[in-house]
Amino acid sequence: MTVSLSLDNVTAHYGSTKVLEDLSLHVGEGELVSLLGSSGCGKTTTLRLVAGFLEPTSGSIKLGERDLTRLPAHARNIGLVFQTYALFPHLTVRDNVAFGLKQRNVGAADRRKRADDMIERVGLGHLADRHPANLSGGQRQRVALARALVIEPPLLMFDEPLSNLDAKLRVDMRVEIRRLQQANGTTALYVTHDQEEAFSISDRVAIMNAGKIMQLDTPEVLYSRPANAFVADFVGFENMIPMRAISEAGDAVRAEMAGGATIDLPKDKFTVPAQDFILATRPEGLLVAAEGQGVPTKLGLRTYLGRAYQYQCDTPAGEIKANGPLSQPFESGSAAVLVPQPEQCCLLPTEAA
Amino acid sequence: MKQRIHPLLIAFAVLVFFFLLGPLVIILGSAVSDTNYLTFPPQGLTLRWFTNIFEISAFVRTMKTSFLLAVGGTALSMAIGIPAAYALARFRFQLPAFLGNIYVLPILIPEIVLGFSLMKTVAIGADVPIMLALLLGHALIVLPYCVRVVGASLNSFDFSIEEAAVSLGCPRWKAFFTVVLPNVRAGIIAGFILAFITSLNDVSVSIFLTGPGVSTLPIQLLAHMEQFFDPTIASVSVLLMGVTVAVMAIVERTLGLTFLTK
Repeated sequence: MTVSLSLDNVTAHYGSTKVLEDLSLHVGEGELVSLLGSSGCGKTTTLRLVAGFLEPTSGSIKLGERDLTRLPAHARNIGLVFQTYALFPHLTVRDNVAFGLKQRNVGAADRRKRADDMIERVGLGHLADRHPANLSGGQRQRVALARALVIEPPLLMFDEPLSNLDAKLRVDMRVEIRRLQQANGTTALYVTHDQEEAFSISDRVAIMNAGKIMQLDTPEVLYSRPANAFVADFVGFENMIPMRAISEAGDAVRAEMAGGATIDLPKDKFTVPAQDFILATRPEGLLVAAEGQGVPTKLGLRTYLGRAYQYQCDTPAGEIKANGPLSQPFESGSAAVLVPQPEQCCLLPTEAA
Repeated sequence: MKQRIHPLLIAFAVLVFFFLLGPLVIILGSAVSDTNYLTFPPQGLTLRWFTNIFEISAFVRTMKTSFLLAVGGTALSMAIGIPAAYALARFRFQLPAFLGNIYVLPILIPEIVLGFSLMKTVAIGADVPIMLALLLGHALIVLPYCVRVVGASLNSFDFSIEEAAVSLGCPRWKAFFTVVLPNVRAGIIAGFILAFITSLNDVSVSIFLTGPGVSTLPIQLLAHMEQFFDPTIASVSVLLMGVTVAVMAIVERTLGLTFLTK
C-alpha cells in the first residue's frame, strides 16, 4: 500500500511562539522527502505534527484519503525511527520488533515469524534474543528500523536517525535506509540537519528556515540552482556579490559590481527580472587567472584543497573566495583576475525583493 | 604500586563506623540481658524479652497498626507520587520549577509543626477517624521519597521510548504501564523501601494523630519506656532493626544496593 502525505497550510505554535507558518508539503507515493535545516527551523516540529505528538493550530494533514489532523497518535499507523533509537530497554530485540504487531493483536506464532523475518532482513538474525543494552549503536538503529518496518506502515518517518552514529556507519546506514524504503515502496519523511545525508538519499529535499520551506526540489536542482540567498548560502554558494545590470549586447548582459568591475553574463541566466541582483558562486565558480574579463583583485591567503588552491581575495565588493588551478599557483599579494564561470554561477533576487 | 592511605583517614573511618554501629551493638547487648532493667554490657543471656514483646498485647496491636500504616500510607503516597513524578519529568521544560519543590515540603517543614497542624485540621477540624488521619499523615510524610526517588528514575528515562510505543499503536495510558513503569521499576522499589522505613519509624507526626485505642509501635515504645525501663524496649528496637536489615538484604539480592544511591 503506497499513499501520499499532504500537509496543507499547517501553522503551529508553542505557547505564543509561532514555530511553523502556513506550511504546505506534498510527499508523493513511494517518495522520500527530507526536511533539511538547522536546529529550530521547524523540521522536527513538522515531523511531530504528522506523528500526532503535537497538534497544529490550523491546517490539515492527510495520509492518502485519511485525515490525520485530529487522529490520536496511536491510531495513525506511521513507522517512526528516532535519533535516540528509543528501543524498549526491558524487551529483547525480538520483542522490540514484535511490539507493534502485538498492539495489532497479531497471534503469537505469526508475530514471532514476522518479527524474526524482519530482524533477518536488517541482518541481525543472530541477535534476536539480546537486550538493546548489549547492542552497538548501529545494531540498535537497525532494530529501530525493523521495528518501524514490521508493521508495514504506509508512511515511514525518520527523526535525525543517524546523528548518534560515527561517520562511516552513517554512510552505510543511510544506504540501508534508502534500500529498505525503496524495496517496500514506502512513502517517507526524513528529518536531518546533514546536507550530504539529505541530498544522497532523497528524491526531493525541503530546505527549511524559521518555520518555512525556503525551497523544495530535487537535490540536483537545489545544488546547482538555489532559488534564494538562504538556500544558496546553505548549499555552499559562499560568494554573494551584489550587482547591477547596465547594458545588453547580443546574448550577453553586462553587469557592474561595487568598485566598477564589469562582467558579461549569458542572457538566459536572467530569470530575475530586476536590474539589481546577486551573483552567487561557490569558490570554484570564480577562476583565478592572470588575465581575462572579470574582477581584478589582489590575492590574499592561499590554502591547498587537494583538487585546487583557494584564495581569500579582498575586492571592492567585499571578501571573496576563489579557486585557482594546481598547475598555476599564485603568490599571495600578486595581482590577478577572478573570472566567473557562468555555468557555475547563479543569479538571485536581492534580499529586499 | 600500593596506594598509601593516611593514618588519620583510617582513624576517621574507624570513628565513623564506631559511632554508626556502636549504639546498635549496645542495643543488641541490652536486649539479651537477663536483668529487669536496661544495662550494658549484658548480664546473663536470655531471649525472654523478645517473647515478652508478644505477650504485651499493646505491642502486638501497635505493631500491626504500624505495618498497616507503612504499607497503606506508602501505597497511597505512591498512587499520588508516581503520576506526579511522571508529570514533573515529562513536562519538566514546560512546568515551573517550584512545582517539584512543593512535593519536598513535608521534609522541610519541622515534623512537629506538620504533626500539630495535621492534628488541628485533619483530626480535630475535619473530625476524621484516627486510623484514617494516621494513614493520611503517613502518606504525606513519605510523599517526598516517592516523588523524588521515582522522579530520579524518570528523569533519566528517554520519553521517546514512550512515543515509540505510541507510534506503534499503543494508546498513551497503556504505554505508561507497558513501557514507562517497567523501566522505572528500580526507582519505584527504592522509593517504596525508603518510604516504608520512614513511615515505620515515624514518631513526631504519629504522636499528634494517635488517640484512644489506636497507636503505633514507636509511640507505644515511648509509652512503655515511661513506665518500665526494661530490656523489652531494646528487643523491640532490635526487631525493627531486623526488619530493616531483612528488607535491605532482599533488595541487595534482587537489585543490588547501589541503585538506592542512584
